[in-house]
Amino acid sequence: MSSEARRPPLQIELKIRRALGGKAGWNGVAVQLAFAAVLGWIGYEIISNASDNLEKQHIAAGFGFLKNNAGFDVNQTLISYTGSDTFLRVFVVGLLNTLVVSVVGIVFATVIGFIIALCRLSPNWLLSRIGEIYVEVIRNLPLLFQILFWYLAVLAALPNPRQSISLFGIAFISNRGLVIPSPVGEGGLVPFLAMLAFGIVAALTLRIYARRALFRRGQVIRIWPWVLGLLFGLPLVSMLLFGRPFTLEMPQLKGFNFSGGARVIPEFVALAVALSTYTAAFIAEIVRAGILSVHKGQMEAGSSLGLSRGTTLRLIVVPQAMRVIVPPLTNQYLNITKNSSLAVAIGYPDLVSVFAGTSLSQTGQAIEIIAMTMGVYLLISLITSAVMSVYGWRVSRSLGA
Amino acid sequence: MKRVTLALTLALAAGLSASAAEAQTLKTVKERGVLSCGVSQGLPGFSNPDDKGNWTGLDVDVCRAIAVTIFNDPTKVKYVPTSAKDRFTALQSGEIDVLSRNTTWTISRDTSLGANFTGVTYYDGQGFMVKKSLKVNSALELNSASVCVQTGTTTEQNLADYFKANNMKYEVIAFGTNPETVKAYEAGRCDVFTTDQSGLYANRLTLTNPDDHMVLPEIISKEPLGPMVRHGDDQWFDLVKWTLFAMVTAEELGITSKNVDEKLKSENPELKRVLGTDGNFGEQLGVTKDWVVRIVKTVGNYGEVFDRNVGAGSPLKISRGLNNLWNKGGLQYAPPIR
Repeated sequence: MSSEARRPPLQIELKIRRALGGKAGWNGVAVQLAFAAVLGWIGYEIISNASDNLEKQHIAAGFGFLKNNAGFDVNQTLISYTGSDTFLRVFVVGLLNTLVVSVVGIVFATVIGFIIALCRLSPNWLLSRIGEIYVEVIRNLPLLFQILFWYLAVLAALPNPRQSISLFGIAFISNRGLVIPSPVGEGGLVPFLAMLAFGIVAALTLRIYARRALFRRGQVIRIWPWVLGLLFGLPLVSMLLFGRPFTLEMPQLKGFNFSGGARVIPEFVALAVALSTYTAAFIAEIVRAGILSVHKGQMEAGSSLGLSRGTTLRLIVVPQAMRVIVPPLTNQYLNITKNSSLAVAIGYPDLVSVFAGTSLSQTGQAIEIIAMTMGVYLLISLITSAVMSVYGWRVSRSLGA
Repeated sequence: MKRVTLALTLALAAGLSASAAEAQTLKTVKERGVLSCGVSQGLPGFSNPDDKGNWTGLDVDVCRAIAVTIFNDPTKVKYVPTSAKDRFTALQSGEIDVLSRNTTWTISRDTSLGANFTGVTYYDGQGFMVKKSLKVNSALELNSASVCVQTGTTTEQNLADYFKANNMKYEVIAFGTNPETVKAYEAGRCDVFTTDQSGLYANRLTLTNPDDHMVLPEIISKEPLGPMVRHGDDQWFDLVKWTLFAMVTAEELGITSKNVDEKLKSENPELKRVLGTDGNFGEQLGVTKDWVVRIVKTVGNYGEVFDRNVGAGSPLKISRGLNNLWNKGGLQYAPPIR
C-alpha cells in the first residue's frame, strides 16, 4: 500500500467542482444548476397542469384509491388475497407474480443459454449444428408469438381435469395446470427449519474454511461427509425429537377442479418457458462471444497440462470469459423482466395485467397507476443492474484486472 | 396494449391542451370534418368489422346517427377500436369524441372518470356460457369452476360478488381482449365464459360448434349499456343524448326509414314537431331542423337498428325483451320532443 502515500491530499471543494462542472470549473457548475432548475420547472409545470386539468374535468386524482376495495379476484397469488382486499394489495400481488416469473425465467435462461453456447462451440458436429439451429430459429421469431404458441400448445396437448394424467396418484396434470400435494406445517416445523438453516450456514462456513486451507497452505480437507451430516443428519434428528415438520395435503378431484394441494397454472408455465427459451438464444450468443474472446492459447495450455476439455473450460476459460459476458448478460436479464409484461396476452396475472390493466380500468386513474407501474419496472431494472455490476466487479477483481 | 395505454396516459399527463378546447367538441368535430368514435375490438352485433372491413353493429349505428346529425353523412366517422381497459383513457385524452362501446353505466364511471353517460342503448345483464357436455343447468352448480373473463370490465367484479354471495369457490383467468378470452374458453382452459348476455350470444356464433355450448338462465347483474362523452361540454352531451332519443321517439311514432317521406306530409302536430316542419328544436341543438328526418332516413329508428344488428333480422336473434318500447313492455323511453 505504498502508492497510497503518494496521492495528493483530498480537497473536497476540488472534488465537488470537478464532479459538477467538469473541465469548466465553477462556470460549469452554474450551467448545471440552471439546467437542473429548468428541468425542475418543466416537471412542476407538467404535474400542476395535469392536476389542474384533471380537476377541471372532474377526473378523480391522487393515490387515495389504493385504500379502496378492489372487488375482483386473481388466480395466482403468492400472498393471501381475496376480492375484498385493497388495490394496494393487488399491486403487491401483481408485483410478486412479475418477480416470480422473471426470476424463474432468468435462472432457466442462464442455464439453457450456457448449455446451448457450449453445444455450439463443441467439436461434435451434431451438437454444434443443434446449437446453431436453436439460436437461429428461436431468436428470429417474435416473442409474443412464442408465448402464444407455448400457451396454446400446452393447453391443446393436455386433457381436462376429469381425465387428468396422474403421476403416481399424488400429482395430476391437466389443462388447469399441475396439481401437487402441498405441505401443511405441523408442530415440528419450526425446529426443523431452524436445523436446516443452521446446517446450510455451517456447511457454507466449512467450505470457506476448506478453500482457505487449500489456497493458503495447499492442504486438502475432505469436508463432504460433514456437509452431508449437517444437511441431512440434523433435520433428521429434529424430526425424531419434535415429530414431523409437515404433512402433505393431497389434491382431490371435486366437481370441476382439484381442491387441496398446490397448483402451477399453465399461464405461468407457458410464460416462463417462452421467456427462458427465447432469452436463452441471446444468452447463448453472448456466452459464445465471451468464450471466443479468451485466447485459444489458454485452451491449449489447459490441454498441455493434461486437463480435460470440460475442466479447462470450467477452471480456466469461463472465469476469464465472464468479464466479457456479464455486462450484456445484464441486458438480457433486464429484457426478461420487461418482457414478462407480455403476460397480459395469455391471462397471467402479472403487474401490468392486474394493476395497469384491471385496476386502471376499475378506477380510471391512469396517470397514477401508469406512473407507479413504470416506477416499479425502473426500480427492478436498476436493482438488477446494480447486482450485476457488483458481480462483474468481483469477477474482474478476482482475475486481477 | 400497454403501449396504447402509455401513449394515451402521456397525452393526458402532458396536459391535453386544456378543457377550453374540450368544451367545444361540436366545433372541433365540425372543423375536423369527421367524428372520432370509440368502439370495441370486435363484438358481433354491437361493433364488428364485416368481411369488407366496414364497421357494423348497434354501437356503430349510434356513431353513424351522430355523424348524420352533424354532417348528414353516415360515413364521416373514424372508428377507433378500444380495449376494455383503454377505453376511458381514450375518451379522457380527447382521442375520441364519443365512446360507443357496450359500456355499463355505473356510478363510479359516471362520477370519477370525468365522463357522462348519455343514455341506454341496450339493457343487458351478465350471464354464463358453458359446454353442454358439462351437464350443468344452473349457475349455482358452478362451485370450483374456472371462469374466463375479459379484464377491465364490470363483469370481473360482478363475478367476484356472485360467487362470494353464494359461497362458491372459483378460479378466474382474465384476458386483455375479448377474442383472447373466447379462444381460451374454446381451448378448454376454463369451464365457464362470462360476459353480458348479449355478448354471450354474439360470441357463441364465433365458436367452432355453437351448438355444443349453452347460455345458463341466470342473469346476475344489471348492465345498462350506453355511449359516453366527456364531462363539462353540455352542448355535445345534449347532442349525443338527443340523437339516441330521436331514434326511440321515431320508433314510438311509427316513423321508419321507408315511410319518413310520407310522414313529412302529415298534419299531426307531434309528427310536425319531431320532423322539424314545425319549431326549431334541431337548431337549438346546434344542427338543422330536419335532424330527425336525416337520422331515420339514413340509419333508421331504434327498432330498425335493433332488428338489423342483434334482433330478428340478424344472426343473433335476440328478442326485444327489456329493450322494447315502454308502451310494449320494455324500458326504452324517450322524453318528449317539444
